[in-house]
Amino acid sequence: MPVLRWIRRNLVVIAGLLTLAYMILPNIVVMVFSFNKPNGRFNYAWQRFSLDAWKDPCGVADLCGSLSLSLQIAFWATLGATALGTMIAFALVRYRFRARGAINSLIFLPMAMPEVVMAASLLTLFLNMGAQLGFWTVLIAHIMFCLSFVVTAVKARVMSMDPRLEEAARDLYAGPVQTFLRVTLPIAAPGIAAGAMLAFALSFDDFIITNFNAGSTVTFPMFVWGSAQRGTPVQINVIGTAMFIIAISVVLVGQVIASRRKNNARP
Amino acid sequence: MTQQQTAGGDVRLAGISKTYGSFTAVQPLDLTVPQGSFFALLGASGCGKTTTLRMIAGLEEATTGTVFLGEKDITDLPPYKRPVNTVFQSYALFPHLDITENVAFGLRRRGIKSVKKQVDDMLELVELGDFARRKPHQLSGGQQQRVAVARALINHPQVLLLDEPLGALDLKLRRQMQLELKRIQTEVGITFVHVTHDQEEAMTMADTVAVMNGGRVEQLGAPADLYENPRTTFVANFLGTSNLIEGEIVSTGGDLVVAAGGGKLTLPRERCSAATTTGGRLLLGIRPEKISLAHADDADSIAAGRNRVTGRIVDSSFIGVSTQYVVESPAGKALQVYEQNIDRRAGLLPGAEVVLHWNPAHTFGLDADQDIDAGVESVEDAA
Amino acid sequence: MSLTEAPPAPPADPREPVLRKPSTRKRLVPYWLLLPGILWLVVFFALPLVYQASTSVQTGSLEQGFEVTWHFQTYVDALREYYPQFIRSLLYAGTATILCLLLGYPLAYLIAFKAGRWRNLVLVLVIAPFFTSFLIRTLAWKTILADGGAVVDVLNTLHVLDVTSWLGWTESNRVLATPMAVVCGLTYNFLPFMILPLYTSLERIDGRLHEAAGDLYATPATTFRKVTFPLSMPGVVSGTLLTFIPASGDYVNAELLGSTDTKMVGSVIQSQFLRVLDYPTAAALSFILMAIVLLAVTFYIRRSGTEDLV
Repeated sequence: MPVLRWIRRNLVVIAGLLTLAYMILPNIVVMVFSFNKPNGRFNYAWQRFSLDAWKDPCGVADLCGSLSLSLQIAFWATLGATALGTMIAFALVRYRFRARGAINSLIFLPMAMPEVVMAASLLTLFLNMGAQLGFWTVLIAHIMFCLSFVVTAVKARVMSMDPRLEEAARDLYAGPVQTFLRVTLPIAAPGIAAGAMLAFALSFDDFIITNFNAGSTVTFPMFVWGSAQRGTPVQINVIGTAMFIIAISVVLVGQVIASRRKNNARP
Repeated sequence: MTQQQTAGGDVRLAGISKTYGSFTAVQPLDLTVPQGSFFALLGASGCGKTTTLRMIAGLEEATTGTVFLGEKDITDLPPYKRPVNTVFQSYALFPHLDITENVAFGLRRRGIKSVKKQVDDMLELVELGDFARRKPHQLSGGQQQRVAVARALINHPQVLLLDEPLGALDLKLRRQMQLELKRIQTEVGITFVHVTHDQEEAMTMADTVAVMNGGRVEQLGAPADLYENPRTTFVANFLGTSNLIEGEIVSTGGDLVVAAGGGKLTLPRERCSAATTTGGRLLLGIRPEKISLAHADDADSIAAGRNRVTGRIVDSSFIGVSTQYVVESPAGKALQVYEQNIDRRAGLLPGAEVVLHWNPAHTFGLDADQDIDAGVESVEDAA
Repeated sequence: MSLTEAPPAPPADPREPVLRKPSTRKRLVPYWLLLPGILWLVVFFALPLVYQASTSVQTGSLEQGFEVTWHFQTYVDALREYYPQFIRSLLYAGTATILCLLLGYPLAYLIAFKAGRWRNLVLVLVIAPFFTSFLIRTLAWKTILADGGAVVDVLNTLHVLDVTSWLGWTESNRVLATPMAVVCGLTYNFLPFMILPLYTSLERIDGRLHEAAGDLYATPATTFRKVTFPLSMPGVVSGTLLTFIPASGDYVNAELLGSTDTKMVGSVIQSQFLRVLDYPTAAALSFILMAIVLLAVTFYIRRSGTEDLV
């Protein structure tokens, strides 16, 4: 049977595409249901097409407030984790020092720990210190768990950097600061950017650690969580879809610019 | 392009050394590189040549000793304050900058605003004017190499350091770049210090070659001088090939006469770098291309006064311009003989009994208390 | 220049050779670079674990305050009461990890070797779901797996649900609020964490190795078994870890897609901590979970011989 033979020959491709479909399906559902007009409080069953939610994305109490809070936290957490993580990555790759093994473990462990354990133990600390739960405790927690991921991303890039490039800069009259700004940083930039993007995504989307340490502060994921109990407004889907489209466009535009630059550089 | 002679002077290393923990990379070293010369540091990998270069550049801190540039002590100056530039191994061109910006890097760091003219001139000198806006990865190896030279030279350094600059190029391009670098050096008149493991490269390009081994300079001199008058077995074997024959001094009146391999060989006294007392041991050296071959039957026709060794051909390889023979003899198990292919010589086949003969003046003498094979393997490693 | 004319030796340095040591300032640079970040991890990651350990052996109540009494009985009680949730967590997380590997490997392979010029697009599609909050996407599964929905109908018609119900994975003709829904959600949520490391290690494999294996009489299947798969082991190891560890502590999928019968240990810790306010029990549970995961991870890394994950 030619059909069967074709299937056998392309088995990997078919299986891969099915997995891809499995991964994309929920996004399509989220998108489609952003145009729904549900009857009850929950947006789980299709009723009829409507643009209501798109016309008024902030029409639900606290929704846009929680979104803006999440963006703020993600911004500061990214900044903090990227700065601290980049410094650690450089120290690990470029210098010799004592206790390297212990420091490596300290960086690896947060990634090898179920989130709920970190969340619970951090809450114990805050309760013991009598800290006021809210924006600051969430920010502290986010910087903590993003740090290791930034270190890993930046380290990979710095390790593949030729140390002779920095020597060449010093040889060409660039002092330590100039060498760092003109050579080290630009070349390490893709790694730092990857680490920062990862940190932003992790922070923005974090639920478990935030839920433990936010007190009465409500971030966007916490708002979604709460709405799963109280009733899911269509606006959630609108925001989810909008974020998805914005992110995809940014990636695609970036790709186009990159490939055009490559083509222009050719004679 | 003309270059004003920068008032700087010689590079002088005084007692400079480098140790990493318990490992000594460079033994205390005294060395003077005269201004305007093309100086080569030659040696196998790990001999300390690159470390020496990096101490001149300031990229490596000397453990002991002083680096002088002219009369000025620059030992404690960081690399960015030394009037010295480096062409790095595999070039170290900045991947995020185009060719113009790579070349202009040093000028800009010294606060020079109008760099265009100088960059254009420099790219012209290395024949890369058309590539100014390309990124390094868009150039071939040879072009990248020239950018690296331009990037260093544009700063008019008093000394240009080259760390294996041709190592990444293929053989043909390397030959071409050797001539090119030599041309540029003559044109700009800057002192070049060149590190290489390739003895042909060092001899082609440099005025003076320092042969390094085990963290010290074995011998220093002009290429022809090093080749003709090696003072150690390492230099004799590392630069080209030498036949080394061990013998005992029997006479020191006039020329030295040495008993070796069942016969007597003579050499001029001034060509011997070792102590000469009757009864002492000595290593005689003779380059393969200086030896002539004769059939044992024709031995009578050899002129009187020439050194002779009898033996048997065990191997011969035809190379084109020459034929290389390996001869087994009481004087040595595998003596090398290179003979120019002027006429085809019949009968010189493996198994043939032959007489090797040469002008005694071409013989050199070395101290016998040395490893007779020093420097042999390192040539093979480098090849 | 001849030997006798060699440049005159420079005058000897009058000073005794001085050993230069790198300056103290330079030696301290790495420590200054490490200090802020490491301090952060010590104070907000390591120290909390110590606090938690101490809390787990305290007794008392919210009103009177807690005190360290070395009451290890809490651990025994916690395990006795909540062992079903522990077993369930490990079972669900393990199943989801295996499913992720089975589903993710073909896709990673597709991107690495078969996608050609579509490679970047497929990669973007793999990462794209990240851009929508995972809670929203998890809620979407409520719609997909809804009772009487298309998926359930098809599975029902094919009598798949009869089999899964018999196995205890689903209940009669519904999928939502069953173990299958929870595992399905876990698998979905952690698939990218499996695919990306797999892809990274597959992409490093030189395509000529496949040709070489073929040249040396290996069938495609043997080539995969003897060449491709062994070379992708680093990706398999880090992918399974990145899936299993977070999945074992997850309670979002269990809460949103499951029922009270599918509660995982994360849910228990969360409710003990945030609702019941029984801190010692919560801390003990969290500690047991951490110990189990770390032991499993250490054992697994030892077995697979890949210790350079960091």
